[in-house]
Amino acid sequence: MSADIGLWGVPLAILAGAIRVSIPFLFVALGECLTERSGRINLGLEGTLVFGAMAGYAISYETGNPFVGVAGAALAGSLFGLFHGWICKFRGVNDIAMGIAMMLLGLGLAFYFGKGYIQPVAPDLPAIPLGNWSDIPQIRAALQINILFFVGAGLALAMWWMFRQTRVGLVIRVVGDSADAARAMGMNIDRVRLLATAAGGALTGVGGAYLSLAYPGSWNEGISSGQGLMAVALVIFARWSPIACFWAALLFGGAGALGPALQSVGVSDGYYLFYAAPYVLTLALLILTSSPERALRGAPGELSITK
Amino acid sequence: MTNRKTLSRRSFLNQSAAGIGALALGGTAQQAFAATPLTVGFIYVGPRDDFGYNQAHAEGAAAVAAMEGVTVIEEENVPETQDVQNTMQSMIQFDGATLLFPTSFGYFNPHILEVAPNYPDLRFQHCGGLWNSAEHPSNVGSYFGYIGMGQYLNGIAAGHATQSKKIGFVAAKPIPQVLNNINSFLLGARAVDPEIVCQVIFTGEWSLAVKEAEATNALADQGCDVITCHVDGPKVVVETAAGRGAYVCGYHADQSALAPDLYLTGAEWNWAGVYQNMIETVQAGGSIDNFVRGGLADGFIKMSPLGPAVSDAARNQFEAVKAEIMQGGFAAIKGPLNDNEGNVIATASQSFPEDDVALESMDYLVEGVIGSTGA
Repeated sequence: MSADIGLWGVPLAILAGAIRVSIPFLFVALGECLTERSGRINLGLEGTLVFGAMAGYAISYETGNPFVGVAGAALAGSLFGLFHGWICKFRGVNDIAMGIAMMLLGLGLAFYFGKGYIQPVAPDLPAIPLGNWSDIPQIRAALQINILFFVGAGLALAMWWMFRQTRVGLVIRVVGDSADAARAMGMNIDRVRLLATAAGGALTGVGGAYLSLAYPGSWNEGISSGQGLMAVALVIFARWSPIACFWAALLFGGAGALGPALQSVGVSDGYYLFYAAPYVLTLALLILTSSPERALRGAPGELSITK
Repeated sequence: MTNRKTLSRRSFLNQSAAGIGALALGGTAQQAFAATPLTVGFIYVGPRDDFGYNQAHAEGAAAVAAMEGVTVIEEENVPETQDVQNTMQSMIQFDGATLLFPTSFGYFNPHILEVAPNYPDLRFQHCGGLWNSAEHPSNVGSYFGYIGMGQYLNGIAAGHATQSKKIGFVAAKPIPQVLNNINSFLLGARAVDPEIVCQVIFTGEWSLAVKEAEATNALADQGCDVITCHVDGPKVVVETAAGRGAYVCGYHADQSALAPDLYLTGAEWNWAGVYQNMIETVQAGGSIDNFVRGGLADGFIKMSPLGPAVSDAARNQFEAVKAEIMQGGFAAIKGPLNDNEGNVIATASQSFPEDDVALESMDYLVEGVIGSTGA
């Protein structure tokens, strides 16, 4: 670790940070994207994310296999999704209020069951060393890319293709855009939404498992610092497109790495400002891409916030 | 000059002995205690098993809970906001607590200072605040340890271990105690080799796992090969640094289990004896001094056992300096010394021994620290 890379550390850290930090954003955003395209909002994903982190860590520790941990986190996440989806199907239930309740429930359960797992060290998910061609240790470290990054990128592509080209994607889109049309076509709206919410929860659980099993790679109660909530906002920012979710997650990850990287090369005045970079960026982009003439492009018509 | 009272080792031993003696008297003494049960509340800003600050306090609380005639109530994850005032109120009104230990730095001003005047008969013991009789209520007390000395010793171990002559520090917020730790860490390393520099990164919060990991990676990217920290739970920093192959110096508690090969040593709190002593004072009908400080010699802090990567030369210097600190009055900040903006901190004849209260309003980073207080 001796090579002196000086200012090159900043772009390198942003690149590495974009990859390392973006993965939970990506999984939560993809999950929420799927749920919202079916016409339902799940604001409770922050709770699911933290519970997934706890469940993944605990199961990985108990079984000694991090992949079992990821599977367990996905299962736990899908249970949260199923519960949310089931409650929301009743008349008069507001999915936003329910989501907030689910968030608090997830956090509370995670803290309760996670008490005993703060101390133990669980086996981590493996990373793929893609930087072995380089002699520079910093590049090697930056290119230690976790397996879930590729899974997430593949999922974004697959989901894009699904919405565009497959019958399942069409069904989800119809249910999300017009319940009347879906009913006329004889689709079971509640079942589609239930499954979409459950799948979204499962993806979020995997995102949580990445937090506790890969990066930063340990379970504690402050592990998420609001990433689940930011990812929900990110879906709107990405205009409900899985591919855009991928880029948006990378952008948020990279922006989050900016503050520490700048301090490490000596730019240390006003670091609170740099830490606000992801939020400033979001605001700026939302303002730039908004229009007073039309509603949000790409928004599913059945969504309770846009209806 | 000041009304500062240091808890000396002698009074500590005397009072401990008195307490043990009282216990040994058996039935009557125990009944006397039982007649006036004492409810003590501990409030933590994070989880109490965080391998760090809160764990160190919780271990102290566990030692108190083991005492006769004491009921301990605890609450974790209480933010440094109105929440802590609510927690204090509920501990007082529902649980009948008469002695409170709100342990996080940010609880002091304004929260303890707002609640304490409403309960003049109760006692609020805060860790780290700079209490003074002119401004603050008399039922508020402050206690802290000279943990900067522990970071100075960390620095000595780091100074021997570093190859790149660049060491790193992940810090939460630029408050005096954190700055003192950063400065002490570098000055310890410079006692080994005056060429060493220390890169600091502030995360802005006591516990932000992802940002701490990013900061640690950024330090490793810049060639820092020994890393320590001052955040509430050092687990993420220790694991990330070790993952990058850097040596680690611990803080708050013993983290050697997280990086057995790369852990050099660590500056740890040792609250058990300090807390028991305070409880005994109250049980004996006395009142705790408002301003309690102590260091390595007083048993307020301790060092983790030296790890396998520590060389013999490092071990010798470490033990020699430790022995010097044990005698009391050791000064890490001594002249001639400038801060990293070129201002004079201490002239050649000046020095600030560990118990100098001026250190507790430190607002500078010394020469050789790369970073700024952000002011």
